[in-house]
Amino acid sequence: MTFPWFILLAPLASAALITLFTQRSKLVSSCISVAAVLASFVGSIVVFVRPNIRVPELTWIDLRPAFYVPLGLVLDDLSKTMLLLVTGIGALIHIYSLGYMKDDAGKSRYFAALSFFMFSMIGIVLSNNFVMMFIFWELVGVSSYLLIGHWFERNAAAEAAKKAFLTNRIGDFGFMLGILMVWTATGSVGFQEMAQQLSRITSHPGYLTIATLLIFGGAVGKSAQFPLHVWLPDAMEGPTPISALIHAATMVAAGVYMLVRVGFLIQAAPQALSIIAWIGTITAVMAALVATQQSDIKRILAYSTLSQLGYMVMAVGLASGEAAMFHLFTHAFFKALLFLGAGSIIVMLHHEQDIWKMGGLAGRLGITFLTFMAGTLALIGFPPFSGFFSKDAILSLAYEKNPAIFWLALFTAFLTAFYMLRLVVVVFFGKPRSDRARAGREAPWVMITPLILLAIAACGSGFGFVARLFLHLPGGKETGWLVPGMAFAATLSGMILAILLYRRRESDPINLALFRKAFYFDAIYGFFIAATQGILARLSAFIDRWILDAGVICGTSSATWGFGSLLRLLQVGNLQAYSFLLGLGIVGLIYFTLFR
Amino acid sequence: MVTLGHYLTVSGLLFTIGFAGVLLRRNIIIIFMSLELMLNAANLSLVAFSRFRLDGAGIPNYNAQVFVFFIITVAAAEVAVGLAIIVALYRARQTTHVEDISNLKF
Repeated sequence: MTFPWFILLAPLASAALITLFTQRSKLVSSCISVAAVLASFVGSIVVFVRPNIRVPELTWIDLRPAFYVPLGLVLDDLSKTMLLLVTGIGALIHIYSLGYMKDDAGKSRYFAALSFFMFSMIGIVLSNNFVMMFIFWELVGVSSYLLIGHWFERNAAAEAAKKAFLTNRIGDFGFMLGILMVWTATGSVGFQEMAQQLSRITSHPGYLTIATLLIFGGAVGKSAQFPLHVWLPDAMEGPTPISALIHAATMVAAGVYMLVRVGFLIQAAPQALSIIAWIGTITAVMAALVATQQSDIKRILAYSTLSQLGYMVMAVGLASGEAAMFHLFTHAFFKALLFLGAGSIIVMLHHEQDIWKMGGLAGRLGITFLTFMAGTLALIGFPPFSGFFSKDAILSLAYEKNPAIFWLALFTAFLTAFYMLRLVVVVFFGKPRSDRARAGREAPWVMITPLILLAIAACGSGFGFVARLFLHLPGGKETGWLVPGMAFAATLSGMILAILLYRRRESDPINLALFRKAFYFDAIYGFFIAATQGILARLSAFIDRWILDAGVICGTSSATWGFGSLLRLLQVGNLQAYSFLLGLGIVGLIYFTLFR
Repeated sequence: MVTLGHYLTVSGLLFTIGFAGVLLRRNIIIIFMSLELMLNAANLSLVAFSRFRLDGAGIPNYNAQVFVFFIITVAAAEVAVGLAIIVALYRARQTTHVEDISNLKF
């Protein structure tokens, strides 16, 4: 077994061990899980440092020349960086979870599911063909379901897990159709072979556009783009480290990663590109608008994630996978940081999540406050934090390619600054608004250390000299100071507006139901689902009652009864009648034998 | 000249009368008698064929006449069995009206 397989299989072994053997001992389970992810992380570093590792692929399905699915690992720059990101942030989250989930009854189950998630996510990163990636894609969906529903006794958590899985499945349906279409055209499912055979599909632009859009459907589901974004805010019912790992840094980034991986396919279909860019933009703007009116700290961050994912998808649609990956890279760090910081606040305030019950925490949770501030400044794109550089890359791209998208993206940047500063001002400044806030103390070291490490990354990962080690940075024309200047102005105005509006408030001065209810998407979807189910139920009831029960069953019995009644008329018990019929029969027989 | 056709016509008429008797008479012994009449009609046609179908040397085909003997014998045996059944039926039902024996009517 060659070395890189070990990175993929260590978390799987951990999940299996915990599930089968050590569920009773929470300490041993958590140690196994942390050890596995640290081992994967070390493996990722080794793979990153050593150039050109060749990994032979194992054959799984071999029906050449029609269908060939190997199990192979791809180790190019993109996957090595993503691997470092996933295992690194995963390791930090495992360590943080040791503190966050300390008193939880299902701790073993949690760590087993977490290890399983790491296995699935690493699988997506390392897959070298579409079918293998699709398998791990689904496994990641399963892990997300298990983890969101970790506290399954809560109805809201169980519902949220189901919603996440079903919404993902809708996207995955399109994804599978897209894979089948591309396989039919190019004759292969492996990414390399597909790239070589690309000319076979680009000669049919309509077909290519549809296939690309279907594949994008998978990213719409997994990365929670409009219109399949509804699961991500509800997924906040899961434990906060999960929200940080899955729904901020890694799983939702899988959609963007996949799009970049098949960028050669997508960039050959211009109409698909523009649709992708617009969906990303719509998601970004819509989510930012909704975030300005939320009062649950995790929901604000969830909508913020939606908005930033919109930026990444927008970059993919503007034909720059590098800009998307750059933003994914910086976003992973600062979003994980923000979520972990929120987690530390939540747990030290005894599971209080309403920002209007917090306040004045800057003094009480000092390190959390400083790291949270670093994450916020990175998110809103305040120079010289990392978000500034990556967001600037996307804004420059939009400025060159599509002015409408650029202005919307700029507006979103303004809104991002607004709602994040609203969060910071309400939570950390002013006077505490509840007893729990007054009693808040700093979190233990096992939770603080990942925050500090992530804060360092959030500060530093934007600089060219750092990012260049990991990524191909987007090139492109230099637009000078115009775009960064406008971005900074938007950010600053958002910050100032938020501070002015939300200083020293006891409750929210703005009250826009449209935003608070997230544009009523949940209500609309709920209505349509109920209506469709109602129609289907009524149709089924009609068929069952009238066609099957009345028609077929009663009909069969009535027909049999009717025939029986008719035949009974022949049975008169009269000997002479029987003789007559006998005579008729003989006549018929003679006629048919002799004269036909 | 009396030809084969005449004999066959008579035989057919006898058969028809016998069949009509089986269908239309109410007394079971008369029905039985009509049955015998049908058998004898067949006998008559057999003998007629034997008399009028001559082979090359002018000799009639005697197979048919032998067959008639068989039929007569079988008819006799049948009558014996049939009358025994009728007697048993009379003892059970006290009637010879065939219309009254309709237990198999639904």
